[in-house]
Amino acid sequence: MLTSSLSQLGAALRSKKISSVELTQLYLKRIAALNPELNAYITVNEELSLQQARAADTQLALSHTHALTGIPIAQKDIFCAKGWRTTCGSKMLSNFIAPYDAHVIEQFNRAGAVNLGKTNMDEFAMGSSNETSFFGKVKNPWNRNSVPGGSSGGSAAAISARMCAAATGTDTGGSIRQPAALCGISGLKPTYGVISRYGMVAFASSLDQAGPMARSAEDLSLLLNAMAGFDARDSTSLQREPEDYTRNLNTPLNGLRIGLPKEFFTEGVHSDVANAIESAIAEYKKLGARIVDIHLPNSSLSVPVYYVLAPAEASSNLSRFDGVRYGYRASGYANLAEMYEKSRAQGFGAEVKRRIMIGTYVLSHGYYDAYYLQAQKIRRLIAQDFVEAFKQCDVIMGPTTPTTAFNLGEKNDDPVQMYLSDIYTIAVNLAGLPGMSIPAGFSNNGLPIGLQIIGNYFEEARMLNVAHQYQQVADWHTRSPQHIEV
Amino acid sequence: MLLSIDDVFKIARLARLGLTEDEAQIAHSQLSSIFGLIAEMQAVDTHGIEPMSHAQDISQRLREDTVTETNQRELFQSAAPQVKNGLYLVPQVIE
Repeated sequence: MLTSSLSQLGAALRSKKISSVELTQLYLKRIAALNPELNAYITVNEELSLQQARAADTQLALSHTHALTGIPIAQKDIFCAKGWRTTCGSKMLSNFIAPYDAHVIEQFNRAGAVNLGKTNMDEFAMGSSNETSFFGKVKNPWNRNSVPGGSSGGSAAAISARMCAAATGTDTGGSIRQPAALCGISGLKPTYGVISRYGMVAFASSLDQAGPMARSAEDLSLLLNAMAGFDARDSTSLQREPEDYTRNLNTPLNGLRIGLPKEFFTEGVHSDVANAIESAIAEYKKLGARIVDIHLPNSSLSVPVYYVLAPAEASSNLSRFDGVRYGYRASGYANLAEMYEKSRAQGFGAEVKRRIMIGTYVLSHGYYDAYYLQAQKIRRLIAQDFVEAFKQCDVIMGPTTPTTAFNLGEKNDDPVQMYLSDIYTIAVNLAGLPGMSIPAGFSNNGLPIGLQIIGNYFEEARMLNVAHQYQQVADWHTRSPQHIEV
Repeated sequence: MLLSIDDVFKIARLARLGLTEDEAQIAHSQLSSIFGLIAEMQAVDTHGIEPMSHAQDISQRLREDTVTETNQRELFQSAAPQVKNGLYLVPQVIE
């Protein structure tokens, strides 16, 4: 069961080979065994999970089913789920029981999926290593001394260690794709606006986008079918006809034009990563694809631009945490201002405070034009590079990250080095494009390597097709970490 | 642009973040290196470029001005640090 795809699990559930309760218990047992070491989950609630599993079994008995009915799925702890503790990896929300469901959670509930638990993450999704979580770091299942990536590191680690059938993530600057690459799994960040942000704790609202994380592209397409859709409660949710994201999976890749941006293949890329990406591209050529050299001249500016815009939006979004309506309140204060300052000083971790301060500064009087406005202008230049590039190619490929998983603690004291680990993923968020990462090999020391696939707006089905066809001829996505029994 | 320790305290005050002297020292050095990274932007000629505030160039959707929420005060206030008679309690602000 632990190696089955979502469609295989669905078939086993519908043919009564296994019940949802049994499958949920199987995963809960694995979580109990592996989580003390890996720390992939912040909250597990057997009672709530099994309640949903029993309801799913009733639906299955009546044959009222969806592709995901009865399947246990882990939810990143950024999504509000009614009755579940929803912490966003922060002390600020460590006791927050969500009073309502996020749209994503509603969609999974409607499909009859089981919420298996809330996965660990960098605090307020701010981080690239999962080390900023108030609930402790997550370990990479492939090497316990390495980071799993972030911010959706708990979800990525849980999938790679087979502690869930699939999971959700969110991606503001690479937070689905980078941990997917570092943990050897598949992850997709859709076009901005495809999945509702309602009930998803806000970090940088013009960049935040939820997406599925799983072992294969086929699994991702089933999850995206459930997650996508218009929601009036998110003012940036896009009104579009529903799509079946599985529809193109089996289309041959003859004539596919793959754009390779020279800016993604510089000396900054580790040789093991470069070699794996080259081999994957060679495989695509065998599948009938054609290579086109493209340029993204402004992409090198995406990290500085992002570290103006994302903190600016975060400083505004996180002003709601004031110790009044919900969240942490410090004890011992003389007046209202001191209550705010103490609650926020004690409730937020160092990285979150850093970003709030950057954002406050770039938005402050006298600096707005030089920083915030300049960053928004360069954001347009970065987006226009992609518009030009997609005139010549169907998808863009490159490494998801410059290196494999780095060591726990390695970049903790140097925020700039940490920020640069997202150098290939951030431009995609700035442009609002869909991007994904799929496993494409291993380094000499046995750590996973991710291939990034970037598509044009709303080309998710095409990207999933491109990824799925590769996964028919490569088996990287089926590998599981040594020392973890499956 | 060089950031001073006073700037760091000023930013923290604007953001309502209490900061000790030690924390301010660390924040000063880290923020300075981050602003060093951000400074790369200044060399770019953006004359005549329209700022991009959002991923999709679409206008804000409007809806009918009707009531869509129901009153769930008790449920929502159950998450509050301090409430009394349906009101959020904060330190006195008017003498």
